[in-house]
Amino acid sequence: MSDVVLSVQDVSIVYHADRGDVKASNHISFDLHKGEAIALIGESGSGKTTVSLSFVDMLPKVAEITSGKVLFTNRDGKTSNIFEYSHEQMRDLRWKECAMVFQGSQSSFNPVLRIREQFLDTARAHGWNNKEEVIAKAIELLKFVRLDPERTLESYPHELSGGMKQRTLIALGVLLSPPVVIFDEPTTALDIITQRAIIDVLKEMQKELGFSIIFISHDLALAAELSTRVATMYAGAIVELGPVEDIFYRALHPYTLGLLRSVPRLSQANEELSSIKGNPPDLINPPSGCKFHPRCEFASEKCATKEPPLVEYEDNHQAACWHTEKVIEARKGLWD
Amino acid sequence: MSKSIMKLNNIYRSFKKGRTVIPVLKDINMDLKEQEYICFVGESGCGKTTLGKIITGLLKPSSGELIYQGKDVAKLKGSSYTDYRRGVQIIHQDPYASLNPTHTIFDILSFPLYRHKVVKGRKAAREKVSELLTSVGLTPVAAVIDKYPHQLSGGQRQRVGIARALTTNPKVIVADESVSMVDVSIRISILHMMMKMREELGSTMIFITHDLALAKYFAWKGRIAVMYLGRIVEIGTTPEITQNPQHPYTKSLLSALPEPDPDVTRRKEKIQLRSEDIPRLTELPPGCPFHPRCPWFVEELCDGEIPVLADVPDSDSNAKVACTPLTTGKGLNLYASTTS
Repeated sequence: MSDVVLSVQDVSIVYHADRGDVKASNHISFDLHKGEAIALIGESGSGKTTVSLSFVDMLPKVAEITSGKVLFTNRDGKTSNIFEYSHEQMRDLRWKECAMVFQGSQSSFNPVLRIREQFLDTARAHGWNNKEEVIAKAIELLKFVRLDPERTLESYPHELSGGMKQRTLIALGVLLSPPVVIFDEPTTALDIITQRAIIDVLKEMQKELGFSIIFISHDLALAAELSTRVATMYAGAIVELGPVEDIFYRALHPYTLGLLRSVPRLSQANEELSSIKGNPPDLINPPSGCKFHPRCEFASEKCATKEPPLVEYEDNHQAACWHTEKVIEARKGLWD
Repeated sequence: MSKSIMKLNNIYRSFKKGRTVIPVLKDINMDLKEQEYICFVGESGCGKTTLGKIITGLLKPSSGELIYQGKDVAKLKGSSYTDYRRGVQIIHQDPYASLNPTHTIFDILSFPLYRHKVVKGRKAAREKVSELLTSVGLTPVAAVIDKYPHQLSGGQRQRVGIARALTTNPKVIVADESVSMVDVSIRISILHMMMKMREELGSTMIFITHDLALAKYFAWKGRIAVMYLGRIVEIGTTPEITQNPQHPYTKSLLSALPEPDPDVTRRKEKIQLRSEDIPRLTELPPGCPFHPRCPWFVEELCDGEIPVLADVPDSDSNAKVACTPLTTGKGLNLYASTTS
């Protein structure tokens, strides 16, 4: 039996804007396996949040899914296409089968309800009406994220600090033991030491509870720490996908390499860093051929006319680039 | 040793919220040298932004003195005060909020030029603005100069922010989280720009950030001051602070930071704090403000007197540290026993 929980196949999404259609997501495909943590990395506007929102049907109204399907296998082993779900089926899926924890936990809670009520509410919406059971589970989870359960449950959201809120939200996210949890920038806007605590909680939870994670971040350090696989996204497409070590130590795409070269590493003494030239592309009128070619140091004529497909180079390591051999040459020295 | 450009003497600053007084900065003593790189790092609420604003004159200290080129800024009047304002410039964090949306790039950059009488007349201003835009890499100039901020990308806007800080040939530039809102792939180019400016103008570069790795890269040849709850807890050269930290708080910060290297970050030794909660500024614990969280806390020593910045005897670091056991040697046996 396959252990694929979520199979994303050829998903394209456009936003209809006044200026034209924003091609926010272009033919995205990947499989999420049971128990793995896949990180979607890329800059703002690379489409990582857009594609994740489509899994829980939370795209804004101006968005349209123009191609693809997302096959979800529930805990009974039944597979179905999320894009064909009715409103009711979707309501049932959210939280119970696939939970999304957003950045900025501030706005994820109802400000006039105590945390206790928000846990009960979520459970009730999914037909779990035994209050004592729900609270018992909530206490267990709040302990897990290292909060004082009694105090937290009786608090209003504004009485909790940013880090406490984020932890409460993570606990709420896994209340119904969903097999898939999406974390959108879970530690942005948190202080370093709080961030560390959240990272540790996430790692432990995933080990104990065994859910699969899709984890959206622009922070390479977080991806290095938390993920088993990494997908680099650029201009709405996955340009490289592979095991975390392959992406960091054996990058095949010039954009991944460019990102790695632009982040400082604390453990390195004096190091040389460089930026990727140019700016992220306009997704209404994206460049021809490979969308990265105007910023790429290895670009040739072919890159400007023909878009490279995502091909497998080594075991499970895919990249979309015509000149991977040049990247292999250029990456030497990065990790010396 | 290079000359001092600015001195901070016992700077204290508090804010009032209703009847409560919130002390945000305490006992800040520092000597900023000409042409040096210096980073203030710390978590939110440590006072780093307030300190940056005091240095630029956007806020006044509640007590203490800010000395610029040997003179007390509070007592400056007329042209000598203008000299100070011209000499110290700031680059803000948010390039979307720091540029007036109804003014063109030319307007934004020419106002300070006229105000500080750097140029006279529109033609000279155009020339100077073109020169500034070229120096921050916004070329071709004609494609930028008459645009409005919303027509530029975040990275381009931040370059305009840098150009504006350069209009008056400042002696001190304060960059407050100036790259945190810029995309990762172009962040380094903005930092390089600021470093090049420092080389060319010979100004002192003060960088305020929560990102230690970025501070390390930017100020490798300079100094880092680590702040916690309104005080400087450790100050030293960047290699010392980042590769051989002394203060327990600095150590904790460095150990907590994930690194963009899977093997290193997963193998990194993490320091467990006694508590994750940051005390409120209005209810600071007695003694060392870090003691309720410090894993090396020594009873009666750390919760007694407030530690002052001093050398650590018998250490291979020349950093100054505010930690009583480390600097006095008292209770150090206890300290060592919990470390190992």
